[in-house]
Amino acid sequence: MSRARPPEGARTATRQGQEHLTGLSRLRRILFGDALNTLLSLGVLALLAWSLPALLRWALVEAQFTADVGACEALDHRGACWGVVAEKARFILLGRYPAEQAWCPALAALLIIGGWLGAASGRLPGGALATCLLLPPVLACALLGGGFGGLEAVPTELWGGLPLTLLLTGAGLAGALPLGIAIAYGRRSSLPLLRALLTAGVELARGIPLVAALFMASFLLPLFFPEGGGLDMLWRVLIAIVLFAAAYLSEIVRGGLQAFPAGQRDAAAALGFSPWQTERWIVLPQVLRQVAPSLANSAIALFKDTSLVTVVSLYELTGALGLALAGDAQWRPFYLEAWLFIAAIYWMGCSLISRLARLATRGAPPGPHTAPSGIGN
Amino acid sequence: MAGRRRSAWLAQALILTAVLALAVLLATTTAGHLQERGIRSGFDFLLEPAGFALGESLLSFGPGDTTLRAFVAGLLNTLRVALPAAALALLIGIAAGFGRLADNPLLRGLATAFVTSVRNLPLLLHLLAWYFILTDLLPPGDAPFSPLPGVFLSKSGLALPWWGEGGFEIPQPAGFGLEGGANLTPEYLALLVGLSVYSAAYIAETLRGAVLALPPGQRLSALALGMTSRQTFLLVLLPQAWRAALPPVTSQLLNLLKNASLAVAIGYPDLVSVAGTSLNQTGRAIECLSIVVAVYLALSLIAAAISHRLEARLFRERGE
Repeated sequence: MSRARPPEGARTATRQGQEHLTGLSRLRRILFGDALNTLLSLGVLALLAWSLPALLRWALVEAQFTADVGACEALDHRGACWGVVAEKARFILLGRYPAEQAWCPALAALLIIGGWLGAASGRLPGGALATCLLLPPVLACALLGGGFGGLEAVPTELWGGLPLTLLLTGAGLAGALPLGIAIAYGRRSSLPLLRALLTAGVELARGIPLVAALFMASFLLPLFFPEGGGLDMLWRVLIAIVLFAAAYLSEIVRGGLQAFPAGQRDAAAALGFSPWQTERWIVLPQVLRQVAPSLANSAIALFKDTSLVTVVSLYELTGALGLALAGDAQWRPFYLEAWLFIAAIYWMGCSLISRLARLATRGAPPGPHTAPSGIGN
Repeated sequence: MAGRRRSAWLAQALILTAVLALAVLLATTTAGHLQERGIRSGFDFLLEPAGFALGESLLSFGPGDTTLRAFVAGLLNTLRVALPAAALALLIGIAAGFGRLADNPLLRGLATAFVTSVRNLPLLLHLLAWYFILTDLLPPGDAPFSPLPGVFLSKSGLALPWWGEGGFEIPQPAGFGLEGGANLTPEYLALLVGLSVYSAAYIAETLRGAVLALPPGQRLSALALGMTSRQTFLLVLLPQAWRAALPPVTSQLLNLLKNASLAVAIGYPDLVSVAGTSLNQTGRAIECLSIVVAVYLALSLIAAAISHRLEARLFRERGE
């Protein structure tokens, strides 16, 4: 990379001329145009040639697809043992939830995803949108809890797997978004005391790791409740997640509010909108749209961070994986295959949320302001 | 106007009363609980023997040492993994960020695959995979795999040549394991690799975003002046993007520091994990957790100050 290379006018001048080259020779020029590119291309090609066939052989050709421990052991990791997924799928996906009522968590998971789909359709008025976010987690809790209509009551310790991951994400968002908006407005209030309290709270929550917040939920919160009024671990963890996520979301919304052009507020006031109406109908809809990409990033971060609740003994997807294999000496050697199974689920979840966010902001003008953010990522 | 000011004062007085009332209520309930369970409060336990051992620590530590020493050892363990991980994350992140911006489609594809696959999985899942690979798939400790002379990788960790009591030592097979040099445990290695790879993917995206956010005129004018696309990138785009990327990269590194607390899931004794153990031993939840909060807030402040300095220096260089 010689700095003193003379300006190669020819190089840039022929940018249009490049269009005339055939596809193949253009590709050759991009890949092997100079020494460095040739080296890099060959390096990547060598890596692919070395890893892809081995990977395919392991994952497909020599793999064992039935839940047969003997056959898997005979493979000695030369091929993948996908049988572990077949054997443990129900446990990984639903945790310790009673098998005879497995449709309850399945329906609960569908409800929450359905709510997100509805919220992202972008055609709903504000009220319906809020319902799509708030109602499904509540219904999901009712379904998982059972105890009505002939359903056996299931204590929260037994909830687990993918429905719990979705519930923590869905309920976390449903609680944190309104709270975050409220905090964002509170920090713009004219009352210095309110501003100071909220700022301290937000900075505190953003300064500590989520694991520490979960420990607080686990050990500290019970001390605060009067005797007999204690909450299950799940609800305590949910409180911690909501407060934690609200701190991050409030920063995003606050950024959006700060970037909002003042002229629009003046115009609304001139048209006779009350301050409340101005915020509700003019400011918030635009601000939320503008910061939607950042909110989506936070939602993805929250979805991934729910995996941490396993440190306080709640067995969502990641915890259920450990629970399914830790005590099973026979299947434990095939941890990696089961790991890949839940990795695929997380991958799909993250892609789903980012797609939904793009769907929700479809047709919105690209905002100038997208604060980089993420919950403890 | 005066009426408005009075109502503002009234509102603040109300908020203050509500907050104080809540604090008093929580304090009395908590005190009641603690008394019932026979738990004393206060920080005196810090000077009593900890009564637990740590899996590993830089500071020599045994169950007879004070709890305070355990917390210090935990903090040192956090820094011991977070600082090298931050350096590695920057290196990998810069490389992957360049890859994402490269003209070469093969390289770009590889970098994109890396960044996407890393970012779409929870950090905990990364850590669990590394931990499984390091503790289950490697050869046992008495038959280690040696990728380089003097370097041994096995279920008991990574043994490296290092300065020991008798000067520079090279690990030698002895009995059921290795002797001499330094040994990095699988817990430490899993955390180090997992944290740095995970943060690297975010740093790569931050760098890419910073370069793409530059006004397109910068690139076009550099090309029009006859610079090659590589010169344009290195001499025109990168110096500007680097400055814009500094604050978000700092916050990624701070995230890395906070994420080091996931150590608790794979049994590496970091600060949070020590606090958890000590909390279980003594029952002093409030004290243990407030230490964690105070330390993390202090670390955040220090990091913010360093980043501020760095920014100021970068901007001064250009005379802005």
